[in-house]
Amino acid sequence: MLTVLATGPLTTVQDRGRIGFAGIGVPRSGAADAASAELANRLVGNDAAAAVLEATAGGLRVRAGRTLLVAVTGAPAPVLVDRRAGPFGAPFTLRPGSEVALGAPPQGLRTYLAVRGGVDVPPVLGSRSTDMLSGLGPTPLAVGDRLPIGKLQAEEPFVDIAPLRPPSSEPVLRVLPGPRRDWLTADAWAALTTADWSVTTDSNRVGLRLAGPALARATDDELPSEGLVPGAVQVPPDGAPVLFLADHPVTGGYPVLAVVVTADLPAAAQLRPGDRVRFRGG
Amino acid sequence: MVPFGDRALLVEVAEPDAVAAVRVALEKAPLPGQRDLVPAARTVLVVLDRAPTDLDVAALRRLTAGARVRADRTAVVELEVCFDGADLDDVAELAGRSPDDVVRMLTTVELTVAFCGFSPGFGYLTGLPGELQVPRRSTPRTRVPAGSVALAGPYAGVYPQASPGGWQLVGRTDALLFDVDRDPPALLSPGTTVRFRIGG
Repeated sequence: MLTVLATGPLTTVQDRGRIGFAGIGVPRSGAADAASAELANRLVGNDAAAAVLEATAGGLRVRAGRTLLVAVTGAPAPVLVDRRAGPFGAPFTLRPGSEVALGAPPQGLRTYLAVRGGVDVPPVLGSRSTDMLSGLGPTPLAVGDRLPIGKLQAEEPFVDIAPLRPPSSEPVLRVLPGPRRDWLTADAWAALTTADWSVTTDSNRVGLRLAGPALARATDDELPSEGLVPGAVQVPPDGAPVLFLADHPVTGGYPVLAVVVTADLPAAAQLRPGDRVRFRGG
Repeated sequence: MVPFGDRALLVEVAEPDAVAAVRVALEKAPLPGQRDLVPAARTVLVVLDRAPTDLDVAALRRLTAGARVRADRTAVVELEVCFDGADLDDVAELAGRSPDDVVRMLTTVELTVAFCGFSPGFGYLTGLPGELQVPRRSTPRTRVPAGSVALAGPYAGVYPQASPGGWQLVGRTDALLFDVDRDPPALLSPGTTVRFRIGG
């Protein structure tokens, strides 16, 4: 059992998401920075399907009800264990009654806390992820929540420490041409892949809204709704692109100019409002 | 066939009916590593757990070429609807008919779930007569109650959850459209035939 003492701006339970339900309108959801969540699970010897906590901009504080093995990855938030500095990117033991607290990360946005056995809230459609768009899954953590710990551990963990590079606040994300690149002007692709973009404050787990040069449409036709993937860079009529993240809608009705490669999605998920980002054609 | 990033292919079809045929074919014989299918108005998005290859493109080409057959009808759902929607009179005016005529048309037509989206369990129903293909409201409502039966463009739909929405409301149903504890969770899934009946 983990008792939630503080949540920061937003902490949710996340796993690999809901797979196979897109056809009935259910988004995938899951950890926004899937690579960091997966690493946290590996550090405590969990099954890859185990659920972890995703803290947004730090501020999470939890108390262990029994001896627990935990690990923290993602945005490098200062870790405090009973008010003393604790390890980042390495497994450590919490004694019964011990508290772990995450400070505000100096870079990056999303910090992951894995517990050996996994956070065992009831799954919804095969996943424990909170989907901020559809509302499926557990509600975001609240002070006083008591989170059961499951048995989704694999072998004993054998990794002592994972060498981690902090997320960049000015990353260059690789993009592939999107399926509707020709719905926008040739200049739009050039602008996307050369300009400096900044992440605006109305960004969230659904997507990053980007400020920069307006991207112009080549046609005024209305695009029939079509499926979306995480990493899709969609251009609404106002010309300001949206880069979709884990809680993206299943379908969208605006042209997708570009798609960020899967390997660069974790870096996208670590961007916070005010960060700058560039795109490079792959 | 268009690549959609490094994990998906977007299959484009000529007519809406072919969407269902492609979807059914890929449900019966999934590509290796197929993770999800997203049928939509004119496309089927095939999401894989790996990078697509030329073999996938070839397989999908074969499949779409032969995909003219009508999809299997998986289920028929009859929904009892109370036709007291706030926009019924506006829809009647747009259609040039009386509200009673609109209700008569909606309760005699057979609709099909073309695809789902917008929110879990929201089916886009096709098969509306031309007169009932009305534009969205110019100002969307901030809250449309769950169970609202609504029209917009070529589609009818039923809101599974209360949500913002811009469709024209013609009625409401008590049917539970989406329930995570039910198997299957969605009452309306792609291919389902839907009929509206006058109910309390």
